[in-house]
Amino acid sequence: MDENTVENRDEQDPSKSSRRNFLKNIGLLGAGVAAGAGALYSGDIFEKKKAATGESRVLLTQDNKLVEVDSLELKALSKNPTKLMLEKGREGIEGRRWVMVIDLSKCRNARRCIAACQEAHQLKPEQYHLNTLQMQDSPGTAPYQMPKNCQHCDNPPCVSVCPVDATYKRGDGIVLIDNERCIGCRFCMAACPYSARIFHWTAPKDSDKHHGEAYNVELNVPQKLGTISKCLFSADRCREGKLPYCVSACPNGVYYFGDENEDAVTNGTTKETVRLSKLLRDNGAYQLMPELGTKPRVYYLPPKNRLFPFEPATDESPKEG
Amino acid sequence: MDQIINDLSHHIRLNKGFFLWMGFLALAFLACLYAYIQQLRYGLGVAGIRDYISWGLYISNFVFFVASSLIGMLISAVLGLIGLAYVFLYARFQSPILWDVTVITTYFVISLLLLFLPMIPDMAVLYKRFANLPSWLKPVYKVLSLNWTDHPEQNRIIHRSIYILLILIIPAALSIHTVTSWLFALTVRPGWDSTIFGPYFVSGAFVAGSAAVIIAMFFFRKNYKLQDYLTDLHFNNMGKVLVLVAFVYLYFNINEYLVPGYKLKRADAVHLKELMSGHFALTFWLVQVGGLLIPIVLMLFRKMRKPLPLTLISIVVLIAAWFKRYLIVVPAMAHPFLPVQHVPDNFKVYSPTLIEIAITLLSFILVLIIITLISKFFPVIPVVETAKEKGLDPLKSNES
Repeated sequence: MDENTVENRDEQDPSKSSRRNFLKNIGLLGAGVAAGAGALYSGDIFEKKKAATGESRVLLTQDNKLVEVDSLELKALSKNPTKLMLEKGREGIEGRRWVMVIDLSKCRNARRCIAACQEAHQLKPEQYHLNTLQMQDSPGTAPYQMPKNCQHCDNPPCVSVCPVDATYKRGDGIVLIDNERCIGCRFCMAACPYSARIFHWTAPKDSDKHHGEAYNVELNVPQKLGTISKCLFSADRCREGKLPYCVSACPNGVYYFGDENEDAVTNGTTKETVRLSKLLRDNGAYQLMPELGTKPRVYYLPPKNRLFPFEPATDESPKEG
Repeated sequence: MDQIINDLSHHIRLNKGFFLWMGFLALAFLACLYAYIQQLRYGLGVAGIRDYISWGLYISNFVFFVASSLIGMLISAVLGLIGLAYVFLYARFQSPILWDVTVITTYFVISLLLLFLPMIPDMAVLYKRFANLPSWLKPVYKVLSLNWTDHPEQNRIIHRSIYILLILIIPAALSIHTVTSWLFALTVRPGWDSTIFGPYFVSGAFVAGSAAVIIAMFFFRKNYKLQDYLTDLHFNNMGKVLVLVAFVYLYFNINEYLVPGYKLKRADAVHLKELMSGHFALTFWLVQVGGLLIPIVLMLFRKMRKPLPLTLISIVVLIAAWFKRYLIVVPAMAHPFLPVQHVPDNFKVYSPTLIEIAITLLSFILVLIIITLISKFFPVIPVVETAKEKGLDPLKSNES
């Protein structure tokens, strides 16, 4: 770049060309020497390293491709890892529109989904990204168990009201939270009609243990005092091509998760992949409070033909930790 | 002329009473500051708010202060304003919080200018003619008087500026109450999801603001011996204003509760039941009947618009106005659309903690400190304006 400019100037101003050329030649000579020395040096390092490791590694790129890289060519990025993950986390996984289907006729309130979720996201027992609620729509209708998480609305009221752009909607449909930006005003909690959000009123679980770890926005860990947290559709697992934590943990085949664009969802228990549109059509699927205009990305299949009786939850409410 | 200056400015001095009062305020301030430091250290968990009722005393109190800040539009001599300012590095412009911060800051600046501009001639007059002006205040007055010489051109500019500001503050004041109401009305929650929240809050602010003005008038009159300048007539007129705005507020209250109460949609029904016969019933009826209906009836009588009874009524109205904000904020959060299950009991019912109450008190103490300081260092009633109303020319008589 610099050399180009110098040359251009030389053409425009021939009177200075000889001196410029001289300087240029000196510079080129210097560069040549430096390059040669550098090559020798790196060759030396190469040989040393080769002797030390010299093996290939399989890595997953940001656009979900597996690549094989020689370990010698790996180098740590100088960029702050938190920042890197924040940038990556702002963009959704291209071409995907994640969607969840919850079959209420299968839910027996095992609450294994909750345990897996709380484990993955470092949450205390009373903090729910996902909760199972005992529902009864009206006195005449049968009670049922309803897992309820963030609905990842396509018209999310929480995102509109956030004053600092901390919570945001991605191209792949997931609503995430950047707890580095969150100022803790809790307006999103007030705006959410599904009570999907929690707040870290006290120090998060094991916060001293996780102190100083790089923040992974797609897992929202380490959790941070004075900020919001909520269900992330396990954005980190989606990136790896795996099913969300809750979906994989369910023993009763309640959850389906998949891509609306592919029109395919996979059951977390049976691992059976079915056509989304057919599943919704055949089972009379519905959404939670669609009249509010939030356009949820979670569908429910009605609690019909259950092969087990409704058992009211007997577990005691957790104490605040 | 000297009579007027002395009457209206003799309170500008630091006496024993002032130091006692400020000492008391400072002690209370420190005690409450300790509570605030606790909260900074351990997080909002020291307060009673939790995941469902996540806005409690603090937001109620904020809305109350925004409401009583209408005082700024109603009186020009003394005001205590609480404004919140965040520093936004990443701003999302569709967020109502950002609008709120913008309008509150605008309103704050206009109010500050409206407080300062009419005081410029007073600073000049008092600097020249008020013998008892504390010596350390003299340079302050000199700077703040901005070389005022009572030149016609200066008078023209200042009157024009005040006139423009008085017009500007009307849309600004309407905006801050409307936008503050939108913090609630722009959500879908039953109890907040209302189209009349804007004017409902504006009229509520007029009630709280007028009551606060009456209380301030009473205490300034008594403490600074201004009986000749704040007369029974002023109180009678303010009483009439309060009755009028309270009627308007009553009208909005009827709309706000009767219309959803007639239809009783499921979520609205739960909310209204909690208010009128449930957990919040006692507060609700005390506020609506004791803090609005009875004061309106009382103030219709001329006898009740005398300074003392009117002030007592205003105190009741102002306390009720605070609880009214609490009733707007908290019950709507206690009953979301989906059931509250599998959580600790303190998540289900909100009860403010001691620390939370202390931090709320902190804001009141701060307001008292600001009002005390301003009213101790500057004239409460415009001296020059009062003199001119009586046909005197303060600076000219000085020269003659």
